Amino acid sequence: MTPLLEVSNLAVAFPGPTGMVRPVDGVNLVLHAGELCALVGESGCGKSLTALAILRLVPPPGRIESGSRIQFAGTDLLALEPEAMRRVRGRQIGMVFQDPMTSLNPVLTIGHQLRETILVHDSAPRPAVRERAAALLEEVGLPDPAGQLDAYPHQLSGGQRQRVLIALALAGEPDLLLADEPTTALDVTVQAQILELLDRLRAARRMAILLVTHDFGVVAGRADQVGVMYAGRIVERAPTRALFRQPAHPYTRGLLAALPRLDGPAEPIVPIPGNVPVPAAWPSGCRFHPRCADALPRCHTDYPSRTPVADGHTVSCWLHAETAEP
Amino acid sequence: MSDPLLVVDQLAKSYRHPRRFAPDRPPVEALRGVSFTIAPGETLGLVGESGCGKSTLARTIVRLEEATAGRILFRGQSVRDARGARLRALRQEMQIVFQDPYSALDPRMTAGEAIAEGIVIHRLAPRRELADRVAALLQEVGLDPGAARWYPHQFSGGQRQRIGIARALAVRPSLLICDEPVSALDVSVQAQVVNLLADLQRDRRLACLFIAHDLAVVRQLARRIAVMYLGRLVEVGPAAEIVAAPRHPYTQALLSAAPVPDPDRQRQRIVLAGDPPSPAVVAPGCAFAPRCFHPRKDTRCAAERPVPRRLGTSEVACHHAEETGG
Repeated sequence: MTPLLEVSNLAVAFPGPTGMVRPVDGVNLVLHAGELCALVGESGCGKSLTALAILRLVPPPGRIESGSRIQFAGTDLLALEPEAMRRVRGRQIGMVFQDPMTSLNPVLTIGHQLRETILVHDSAPRPAVRERAAALLEEVGLPDPAGQLDAYPHQLSGGQRQRVLIALALAGEPDLLLADEPTTALDVTVQAQILELLDRLRAARRMAILLVTHDFGVVAGRADQVGVMYAGRIVERAPTRALFRQPAHPYTRGLLAALPRLDGPAEPIVPIPGNVPVPAAWPSGCRFHPRCADALPRCHTDYPSRTPVADGHTVSCWLHAETAEP
Repeated sequence: MSDPLLVVDQLAKSYRHPRRFAPDRPPVEALRGVSFTIAPGETLGLVGESGCGKSTLARTIVRLEEATAGRILFRGQSVRDARGARLRALRQEMQIVFQDPYSALDPRMTAGEAIAEGIVIHRLAPRRELADRVAALLQEVGLDPGAARWYPHQFSGGQRQRIGIARALAVRPSLLICDEPVSALDVSVQAQVVNLLADLQRDRRLACLFIAHDLAVVRQLARRIAVMYLGRLVEVGPAAEIVAAPRHPYTQALLSAAPVPDPDRQRQRIVLAGDPPSPAVVAPGCAFAPRCFHPRKDTRCAAERPVPRRLGTSEVACHHAEETGG
C-alpha cells in the first residue's frame, strides 16, 4: 500500500547570527490512510515546525531546504505551484492549532468564518452553505449548532472554540488532519471531550491524523504509530504498544521514567539531567549524548543512523547499532 | 497530632464588578467557604481546573488579595488582622513560588540580587555574608554558585524556577505555597524540579501548599490532597485514597480524564458534559450538579448545598458519597 504521506529528509533552516540554524534537521515520516501517527517531544524539538512544513507554512525567513521531500497522495508537495499548494491546504490536509482563541478571528461570527471556509473549498448557494456550516458544528458536538453560528469566539468556552476550529478544518473534507497540541490549552476534563471527538471523527471519516503532542498519556490510548523527536530529528519510531513496552532510545526511556503517573502506586520519578538544547547550540554527534547516561565515545562525534530493532520499530542510537553489527 | 501550622476556615473571596461598567452583574465568587489545615512539615496538594479558585486561594493566604470573609490562622495568629511588623514577619514565614518563573523575576536583577533581596529586607544576615548565603542557596537548588551574576533571560525555564525556589527559601520560611510551579516546564525538567521540592521538604521540614492542575504531579509530593471545584473543596483525603478510591463524582471524573501513558491500561473514561460553569453564577445546591453523572443525583443536589462530611479517612462534599462505587 502506498502511504498517504511520506516525508523524507525534511529540513527547515532559519538564518541565525552565526549562520543557518536547523530546528528541523532530517525528519522522516510515513503515514497511511486512516492512520493516527503521533509526534512526541519536548518544546523546541521541531515537532510543530514539522507540521507547518508539511503544509509549506514555514514562517519566513525560514525555509525548507533542498533535499527535503514531502510526498502526499502521489503528489510532490514541494514541487507544487503556490496556487496548487493552496488547494491542498484545507481540502486535502486540514490543520488544528493549539490555541483556539488566536486561531479564530475575534470580530467575525463563528458562522461567518465557517461559511468563508466552506466557500473557499466549494461554491454553493447561500442557504446550502449555512446548512452545511450548522451540520459541521453538529458533527463536532457543539450544543445548539444553528444558534451558535451567530456567536462570536469570545462567547464560547475554550473547549467549544477548539470544536469550532476542528469544524473549520473538516470543512474541506481533508484526508489528513494535522493536529498541533490540540488539547494542551484545555483543562483535563475538556481535553477528554476533544480527544474523544477526534477519535470519533477519525473513525467516521477514515481520516488520517498527525497528532503533535508533548504528552505520552494522550498518545497511548489512540495512536497507531509514534515518532519521538529530539533536537530536530525523530530518534525513535515504533508502533505505539512497542514504544511503551520496549522503548529503545535512552531519551524515550528517560521521558517515560520522568513522567509522574496515576496508574498504580506512587513511584519516584527519575528526571533526565540537563536541559533541552536550543537549535543554535545542538551538540555534536548524537544530540542527546550530553544527557545520556550510556553515551559511548562515538556518540560524541557521529550521528547514529537509523537501526531497525523490531518490525516497524527503528531507533537512531549507537547502543543499538553496536548490537546489530555482527 | 501537633497544632496545625496553617488553619484556613470558611475563607471566602468575591470580586465585585466596577459599578460604572456593570452595575447589575453579580460579584464573582472565587472562594466560597474553603476550610483546611496544614500541619508543620506537611504538604497538602490542591488540584482543580482553571478558574476553580486555586490561585486566588494561594494569593489570599499570603495577603496578596484580601479575603471577603473567613479566618486564616498561622501558628494560631490571625493573618487577616496582621499589620505592620507582624504582617512582615508573617510574610517571611510564608513564601510563594509562582507558575511562570520568568514574569516572577525582575529582568534587571541578577539571580544573586533576586535571591538576596528578601534576606536584606528581613535583615537576616549582615551584608558581608550575603554572597555566601546566595551561593549556598544556589547550590541547594542545584545551580552553580557562579550563576549569581547572571540575569533571568540567561537561564532556561527549569533553572529560572530553581531561582524562584531559592528566592523563597532565602528567608527561611516554614510554609511554602507553590502555585503551579512545574506546569510551564517540559517533562524531563519538570521531574527535576518536583524531586528538588521533595528533597527540600524532607531536609528543611518545610510545610507546603502545592497547587497544580495535574493530579499525577501533586501525588508525587503530597500525602494529602484537596480537590477544588468552583471555589469549594469537594474532597480532601489521603493521596492514596483520592487516587485509588475517589468518593466525589468530580474527583472520579478528574481522575478518569487524566491520560494514562500506557496503551494497555487505558481506563474507562468518564467524559463530563459541558464546561465548568462561571464562578459568577451562584447556584443554591451542589456546584457540580449540572455536570454530575452520579446515578443517585436528585432534586436535593440542585436545592441543597452538600456540607463536607467525614467518610472513612476523607472528607467529601456530596449528598450521595456513600453510594459512590470507590
